Amino acid sequence: MTHARPGATMTHARHGATRTHARHGATTTRGRFVRIAMLAGFAFLWLPIGLLVAYAFSADRIPFQWGGFSLRWFAALAANERLVEAALRSLRIAAGAATLAVALGGVAGWALARFGPFRGRAAFGALIGAPLVLPEVVTGLSLLLLFVALEGLTGWPAGRGATTVLLAHATLGAAFVAVVVQARLAETDRSLEEAAMDLGATPLAAFRTITLPLVAPALAAGWLLAFTLSLDDVVIASFVSGPAGTTLPMELFSMLRRGLTPEVNALGAVVVLGVGAVLAVVALLLRPR
Amino acid sequence: MGAPLQAAAPASLLRAQALTKRFGTTLALDALDLEIAAGEFFALLGGSGSGKSTLLRIIAGFEAPDAGRLLLDGHDIVAMPPWARPVNMMFQSYALFPHMSVADNIAYGLRRARVSRAEAASRVAAALTMVGLEGFGARRPHQLSGGQKQRVALARSLVMRPRLLLLDEPLGALDAGLRERTGFELRALQRATGAAFVMVTHDQEEALALADRVAVLDAGRVAQVGTPRAIYERPASRFVARFLGAANVLEGRAAPGRFDSPEAGACFAGDIPDGTAAVALRPERIRVAPGATGMNTAAGVVEEVAFRGDDSLLLVRLAGGATLRVAHAEEDGAPPARGAPVSLAWEADAIVALPA
Amino acid sequence: MTRRLLLAPVAAWLLVFVAAPAAILLAIALAEADPGVPPFRLALAAAGFSMLVADAYYLDALLSALGVAAMTALLCLALGYPMAIGIARAAPRRRVLLLAALMLPFWTGFLLRVGAWIGLLRDEGWINGMLRAAGIIEAPLPLLYTDGAMLAGMVHAYLPFAVLPLFAALLRLDPTLAEAAADLGARPPVVFLTVTLPATLPAATAGFLLVFIPAAGEFVIPELMGPPEAQLVGRVLWQEFFQNRDWPVAAALAVALLALLLVPIRLFQRIEARP
Repeated sequence: MTHARPGATMTHARHGATRTHARHGATTTRGRFVRIAMLAGFAFLWLPIGLLVAYAFSADRIPFQWGGFSLRWFAALAANERLVEAALRSLRIAAGAATLAVALGGVAGWALARFGPFRGRAAFGALIGAPLVLPEVVTGLSLLLLFVALEGLTGWPAGRGATTVLLAHATLGAAFVAVVVQARLAETDRSLEEAAMDLGATPLAAFRTITLPLVAPALAAGWLLAFTLSLDDVVIASFVSGPAGTTLPMELFSMLRRGLTPEVNALGAVVVLGVGAVLAVVALLLRPR
Repeated sequence: MGAPLQAAAPASLLRAQALTKRFGTTLALDALDLEIAAGEFFALLGGSGSGKSTLLRIIAGFEAPDAGRLLLDGHDIVAMPPWARPVNMMFQSYALFPHMSVADNIAYGLRRARVSRAEAASRVAAALTMVGLEGFGARRPHQLSGGQKQRVALARSLVMRPRLLLLDEPLGALDAGLRERTGFELRALQRATGAAFVMVTHDQEEALALADRVAVLDAGRVAQVGTPRAIYERPASRFVARFLGAANVLEGRAAPGRFDSPEAGACFAGDIPDGTAAVALRPERIRVAPGATGMNTAAGVVEEVAFRGDDSLLLVRLAGGATLRVAHAEEDGAPPARGAPVSLAWEADAIVALPA
Repeated sequence: MTRRLLLAPVAAWLLVFVAAPAAILLAIALAEADPGVPPFRLALAAAGFSMLVADAYYLDALLSALGVAAMTALLCLALGYPMAIGIARAAPRRRVLLLAALMLPFWTGFLLRVGAWIGLLRDEGWINGMLRAAGIIEAPLPLLYTDGAMLAGMVHAYLPFAVLPLFAALLRLDPTLAEAAADLGARPPVVFLTVTLPATLPAATAGFLLVFIPAAGEFVIPELMGPPEAQLVGRVLWQEFFQNRDWPVAAALAVALLALLLVPIRLFQRIEARP
């Protein structure tokens, strides 16, 4: 390197190495304050749920009075046909809506992240994202009005029930999937796809071998999110469902309106322990090896 | 147009003719002409916005020019998509596929070309050996250091045996200590494979040290093409002289056989053509000459002294107001102290006349 | 070409299930109430809107909903800041556990969490039971169906929305900034007020809006935990639609709520769009 001068190469030295991610102060006064305040926050989050789960095992008829250990309310829950039926219907709706949401939101997120400027892009982005910011009552009401108008004009959908709930939830879920997929693609180096094409991959092959594997975790997360949203929704479902399409949250809502029963405690315990177990399994599977 | 193209030199591999590319209102390439020979190491040197990266992306096929032709072996490849071009690129970010092992990354292009599994495996192994990464095939990109990633990216491109390899700031992401060694390795690989390397860089030292020929780009045009030595010693314009860093550029007016620079308070005698608007003078061609007066001398005061190992850099404020960078070699003794008045002198052949 | 083929069905879906409902909502808000089926007649009567203007009950419902939503969002930030700081400061392994502890209640279901609070607060609930068993009180305290119960339920439901953006911003925040401030003589509360808070203000605003926007239309928690007089817009809209079958008024309320939320929604999108 005949022309290189040692003085000049000095300017290329990088200064990035000095940044550390260590966080200090856990033992200072402020550290103690933060710690106590954080624990108070977690107690606020967890205390009601912990008690709900614990009292699910109480034999007493009054939901928050300890009457000795018992599993009788779980048996009562399993015997409640109306509730079990609603739960199965909700699971079917959630699975269908999540799958549809992944298809719709996956394409939408991909388009927004990678298609560059296309005609109507702004309107497209606003429409796909609208359900994220609309209050549930507005979404529910406007979708019901749509279904009523559609039925009046075309005869479809004939009445409302599980199908209309599924369509509404798919629309809601697609918004979330689009956000997750778009974010994942935005943080993925665009030159990966270019590198694939540079190495001889057609756009379709580049999509199959590079893009799809890279967004697969986002699609899975989006599916799970859409599934959970559907299982959790009572407001939109109440608007767009009919007598034959009662979902689990709708049943639960009318139970809570009448007053808490030990079966609600039992259902809570089943859900909390079930979700906890699923998350633990996922965490174990995703654990870095 | 066909006939004169056939007459192009047989060694010409890639030829850009009047390439023009606009992004919105900015002109990235302005009717750029360039010729690259087979098997040469070519550097595209320029600042940000000079059009060097756009040119590279057009050669790779990721951007289409608005006008102009791009000939590879005499055939226009503008309409050819990137996956069909016999050109490969090493990306600045390396663009290693994070979900694949090193071996799968290198085999990626061979798979797309439907090379048999056995042949692909042996070519991947050979490529790994070539870049000194035997035994790294099973690793994932995130388990590699920056230098190792760079080698994998290089192996992934070279395994395709391209006639032309494009390198986007190949040393840009490496630590200072690794750059010099990796630069020599790049040169060795280029000689070993016989492929033409076209490197984009903003670092003039890198370009001068590695390339057989350098094109200095400015505002979408080629400001100068030539060997590193020619460009360094005979810059064709003020822009090139300044961009290559160290040269002193002094404004003034040409008279027959001489050049007067009021800002230097000096008179330059030498080969000064008509229309010369400025002269360039390299710091190492200026020497401290006590008592020197007359043509090709100047007087000033030392403002700063910086020790650089084999020499010291002096900043000398001249009587006319300009500041001159002077390299004072160690073997010429101790450099003058800060604040000392000095006389400077240079030979006539050190003067590079620059047009307006 | 393939791109257009892929986009067309999605665009069609959005036109049918997002754009069309909005248009229909507006049309019915402008329609006239009618005792038939469906209970409206298309017209440019704006009967729903004139009801909203004429009856202070509706304006009240809108404004008190915004007030409760703002209160909820502020409480979420107050509770969420120390949690976000604590989680961001924890060692990576612990951080994952704390984040799971934050999100797990969120994943257990909205209604079950409301149910848990009802169980805690009602007359035969856990708190009253404990206080009575300890001999502190004779008659149960009226805890459920109060503004406090409603706010507790709302904060519980929306807390993660406030914590997560704060946590993300704190994680991105260069820790040497706080160290530099401390080095220059700032005590921990001053460091928070002069460095951490200003640097995370966009995230705090985002967190506020993430809570405020859905909370403004909240129906379930005011209905199940709030006092009967807490007639917030979500509840009023529901009653107008399901009980009074006054579709134009319900639609007009929805449009009015959207109009009021337009500014916060735009603000949120601008914060999100920033690099």
